[in-house]
Amino acid sequence: MFHVNAGACNNCDIEVVDLLTPKFDVERFGIKLVGSPRHADALLVTGVGTRQAAKRLQEVYRQTPKPCVVFAIGACACGTGIFSDGYHVVGPIDKIIKEVDPNAIIAYVPGCPPKPEAMISGVVKALSIL
Amino acid sequence: MGAVFEGNARGEKMSEALANVFWILIFPGFLFTVVFGLVASWIVRKTSALVQWRVGPPPYQPFVDVMKLMGKEILIPQDAQRTVFLAAPIVGLAGVLLLSTMLWRITIEPTRPFVGDIIVAIYLMVLPSLALILGSSASASPHATVGTSREMKLVMGYELPLVLAFVVVIIKTAGLVEPGQQLNLAAISQHAPALSISGLLAFLASLLCVQAKLGFVPFDIAESETELASGAIIEYSGALLAIWKIMQAMMLVVLPLFLVMVFLGGFGTRGWGLLWGIGKYVLVLVLLILIKNTNPRVRIDQAMKFFWFYCGTAMVIAIILATIGNYYGIGWL
Repeated sequence: MFHVNAGACNNCDIEVVDLLTPKFDVERFGIKLVGSPRHADALLVTGVGTRQAAKRLQEVYRQTPKPCVVFAIGACACGTGIFSDGYHVVGPIDKIIKEVDPNAIIAYVPGCPPKPEAMISGVVKALSIL
Repeated sequence: MGAVFEGNARGEKMSEALANVFWILIFPGFLFTVVFGLVASWIVRKTSALVQWRVGPPPYQPFVDVMKLMGKEILIPQDAQRTVFLAAPIVGLAGVLLLSTMLWRITIEPTRPFVGDIIVAIYLMVLPSLALILGSSASASPHATVGTSREMKLVMGYELPLVLAFVVVIIKTAGLVEPGQQLNLAAISQHAPALSISGLLAFLASLLCVQAKLGFVPFDIAESETELASGAIIEYSGALLAIWKIMQAMMLVVLPLFLVMVFLGGFGTRGWGLLWGIGKYVLVLVLLILIKNTNPRVRIDQAMKFFWFYCGTAMVIAIILATIGNYYGIGWL
């Protein structure tokens, strides 16, 4: 999994890092954090898509080898959350990614921030469907 | 009469060539070492998880990871040097493959005439690191470039104490084997130089050098995930990345096996010898894992200073002790 911060307040990012700790331990599902999008099968995107981050997010998505899944973590990523009228907001990240790839597979994990248990159950559900 | 004789010789050569292909590709070569290597990499991940009070991945995880990578698309950056980018992992794989076949053949059939000796093993061991350097310098990425330069410095750092450690072993076994057999791995692996002071120093130094060669913390400088976004292999994806992972898995078998053969008295193949050999291999693997889990990553200048000044001086002392011991016939020196 590669973590992309598309303009988040860092709350969701902290919860994502929680997943690697011994209490939640996602490595038992075979999930590992990688350092490069080219090594990733899943992109964990947090944050509402800001103007500056939108282009970079699309570039990172293009660099991830298909087939890949995009997880929209948090209320902001799922649908702009509390920042919907902000001047810097381009759109929720599914709109940004669908500009590059209309057939992108996107899974939504809402919450502000989503609890680690919610993220794990979201990821496991998505894996079992795919 | 002459025609029949030639026919027979050709038939023998053919079956020997086929037998060699079998040894390289299947039995102790590619397939066996890859499977063994992926099991070893699962052992590494599971033990690391247990040390960190986590549960860790299920046993089939590394196999599934490699198979998944084979099915993904290969993305090559636009500015990358295509030929070197594609050829580098294959060259590295060839080096590890030859080394693993050679070591297993020597273990299984020690009396076979020249398969390879310790010098061949030393230079085949450099090939994967060289391939990493070439491949990452062909990816047109600043992260990869930094990873390359750090890997080059690291290789320059650890090769010196590693070769000196093997020189200690050659000196120690020089008096015990017949002349002309001093470099022969099968002959060296009959003795256990680690049971003497200079041998123990050499074993510890070469353990740390193997740690660096495998790219484990505290020396995973080239592939430091958090610092360099996977540094050296950042631009590799799909089947090429799978080849790097397979290469690392095979090195995880080959390098501790080499240490066992050279320092700890070899890997037996029958009965209790086999169990004892596996026990020694697991001991070396567990030492590597424990060092990996209890240390932070060091900077490249700290690593080079460590290898050249501390390990290098320790090795020079070990060589002096070994030569004195050899000269006066003191075994434990």
